[in-house]
Amino acid sequence: MREQRRTRVAIVGGGPAGLTAAKALAGTEDVLVIEREAEAGGIPRHSNHWGYGVRDLRTVTTGPAYARRLAEGADEAGAELMTSAMVTGWDGRTLEVTSPNGLVSVEADAVVLATGARERPRTARRIPGDRPAGVYTTGELQNHVHVYGHSVGTRAVVVGSELVSWSAVMTLRHAGARTVLMTSARSEADTYAAVGLAGRVAFGVPVATRTTVERVIGKGRVTGVEVLDHATGRSRMVACDSVVFTADWIPDHELAVKLGLNLQPGSLAPLVDTALRTQAPGVFAAGNLLHPVDTADNAALDGRRVAASVRRWLSGARNLADGVPVHAAEPLTWIAPGLVRPGDPAPVGGRLVAWTSEYVRFPTVVAVQDGREIGRVRTPWPAAPGRIFRIPFSLLAGLDPSGSAVEVRLAS
Amino acid sequence: MSPNQPAAAPADVFDVAVVGAGVVGSAVARELSGYRLRVALVDARHDVGDVTSKANTAILHTGFDAKPGSLEARLVHDGYLLLTDYAESVGIPVERTGALLVAWNAEQHESLPGLRDKAEANGYHETFLIDADAVYEREPHLGPGALGGLVVPGESIICPWTTTLAYATEAKARGVELLLGRTVTGADVGADATTLQTSAGPIRARWVVNAAGLGSDHLDRAFGHDRFTITPRRGELFVFDKLTRPLVSEVLLPVPSAKGKGVLISPTIYGNVMLGPTAEDLTDRTDTSTSAEGFAQLLDKGRTILPELLAQEVTATYAGLRAATEHSDYVVDVDPAQRYLCLGGIRSTGLTSSMALAQHAADLLGGAGLDLVPVPDAELPEPPRMPYIGESGVRPFADPERIASDPAYGEIVCFCERVTRGEIRDALASAIPPTDRGGLARRTRATNGRCQGFYCGAHVDDLLNGGKGHA
Repeated sequence: MREQRRTRVAIVGGGPAGLTAAKALAGTEDVLVIEREAEAGGIPRHSNHWGYGVRDLRTVTTGPAYARRLAEGADEAGAELMTSAMVTGWDGRTLEVTSPNGLVSVEADAVVLATGARERPRTARRIPGDRPAGVYTTGELQNHVHVYGHSVGTRAVVVGSELVSWSAVMTLRHAGARTVLMTSARSEADTYAAVGLAGRVAFGVPVATRTTVERVIGKGRVTGVEVLDHATGRSRMVACDSVVFTADWIPDHELAVKLGLNLQPGSLAPLVDTALRTQAPGVFAAGNLLHPVDTADNAALDGRRVAASVRRWLSGARNLADGVPVHAAEPLTWIAPGLVRPGDPAPVGGRLVAWTSEYVRFPTVVAVQDGREIGRVRTPWPAAPGRIFRIPFSLLAGLDPSGSAVEVRLAS
Repeated sequence: MSPNQPAAAPADVFDVAVVGAGVVGSAVARELSGYRLRVALVDARHDVGDVTSKANTAILHTGFDAKPGSLEARLVHDGYLLLTDYAESVGIPVERTGALLVAWNAEQHESLPGLRDKAEANGYHETFLIDADAVYEREPHLGPGALGGLVVPGESIICPWTTTLAYATEAKARGVELLLGRTVTGADVGADATTLQTSAGPIRARWVVNAAGLGSDHLDRAFGHDRFTITPRRGELFVFDKLTRPLVSEVLLPVPSAKGKGVLISPTIYGNVMLGPTAEDLTDRTDTSTSAEGFAQLLDKGRTILPELLAQEVTATYAGLRAATEHSDYVVDVDPAQRYLCLGGIRSTGLTSSMALAQHAADLLGGAGLDLVPVPDAELPEPPRMPYIGESGVRPFADPERIASDPAYGEIVCFCERVTRGEIRDALASAIPPTDRGGLARRTRATNGRCQGFYCGAHVDDLLNGGKGHA
């Protein structure tokens, strides 16, 4: 009763990375994109604001329009888009898929994981209190407002102050809800370094820095949160009828974990090399599954890279040199790709991507291998919490391919 | 005509009103619906099993460690067998994982043989002692320091939500009237009938069964008694991500102490791993909030038992209130003059004992003068077949025949828990439909997964509200 089918390339996830990879591979390869939502496009489908498509499509458009364009591009190039279809299990080669058309076992010569990332919900952040309605992540909030037109209350507290947090504020405003408070665990300087003052000025939203939500209160629907000001040690109640837990990303790595792929400790993303290969032969990964989270256009650029790597794999390239692991050290919490092999291309965009827990206005990045400094670069841009920090790959120009793991940190 | 149309009683008087539609009250209503009685099942909530019964540790106990000779010991022992059979017949998810009591210090280690003897005294003969090496062979992820263990092969995990729903669904099919959203505020015992005052008008019944859980002492006082006080004992729990499930193969029980069973780690019937519960006596009977202190305590205890678990992702946290009393046993007593049966102080073992307790309740009522005329089997409707929401069996998303017969079973709405639109539709059209997201989650698992609604929350709410679709 389970239909069997074969494809050259199976791409799991029809967001920016998966659709871009599909478009690049279709035409010469037979490509199947498996998307569990009813429509392809990924997160941009419900991010109803401008700013999409800058780096990959050389244009500026809205999230939903961008999502449609990517899906049409893959379709027109000849990729098959299977929607409302979810991969529920696999062995690295054969994917078990459930869809309204039945169960299908898809055997693929190459598999690209492009399953994206999501925000940790309140429970995963281990925040105690009641369990009322009206507690959202940005993802759920935007689905309610932009896809279903649901109302989401009138007084909101937004937890977090990263780019996505401001996106949540915009969505709330669109839905007629006022953001009465944004909380940021970071200092004032770090908070505004991440997104600038623009948000506060444009929206008139009060931001409480060095402040965390300690408890959620309400029976039925949320009636308030208890916030703790770490500077004064004082707690206070803030009345609200919705709470949005933003950012705190985790990759959707279920399939990667089930196959036993190695994970990057800081991000929990599958470990890949600069060609976006995982350790499993013929299994690749791309997009925000690898770097939770970068902007959609950068995820899409991964899609082009992974397409080239898949092509090489399909043409029979097999012998890989051993790679050198690249680890992040404080204040960097993760770095990707985490493996550099001699002979491989430079990472996408010629840069490594990393995440920092501290704001550094003029960072100097240092690479150390076998106790020796092998590279040092200064970036003209800051390392800021809550957004990707890009590191020129020239940092690793002096890497010894036979040496041990490289540690990348910021000079103090 | 329903098999339970009353022969003599006036239309507005029930033969029996069961107050409390938790696992105990629902089991009692189901049991009584096998007799020619007009039965009402009354609850303050708008759903069955929506208070204590939804938030327990979901273990089907053998009763190996109950107090020998107690009513609880007998009913847990019998209830285990009855519910195991019933679960099979109506499709309540059960997994016989077994349990391992782990001794972490000399005192606990020395008490294990006594626990084995206690199990024997309780009529349970399958336990056996193992040494430390065997403990780690069974559970290689256990933290260091285990000295030995006692294996209880029969301990099982069960879906508490489906259990209550199955009882109530079958009771309803057999003619029981489900009166939800009615808070009982008082009781006037008359010559022939008792009038229960409720938030939505009076309910008259000849007999009243008190299965009111956390409110059972208040109702008992309304009947003029003063024999127990409920102290809500809060238990907080962590549910870890399904990716942690390989860390543990059976229920890991602590060696019991005076304050209950202590903190355990258990696989859940839904494929997660659970850590809990704490035990904290409260005064507020509605406070099911979790606390920073509770979390800290759980993590501290969990660190000893299964250190690898703690760094893993938490999917859900919740707290339940056990209806603890000052008595060591259930408070079960029938008052023939008042035509009143009290089922008080039914602790977390009530899930296991529910069917035996229901039979016991019927016996007591019969002995006190309630006329019990069995409805012939031929007149009773078939037992319900409950939707399967466990993890170990085949659910619709993995069932090609189901999907071929109806494509809605191939349309996964809740990705994390693999819940299909067909299952959500069925739950909404069921005999006891959910009234909110929590109710739908207890019937289907929708939104219970690791993303907690990031992907499907809005879609699920849309389906709950009649499926108006995209804006």
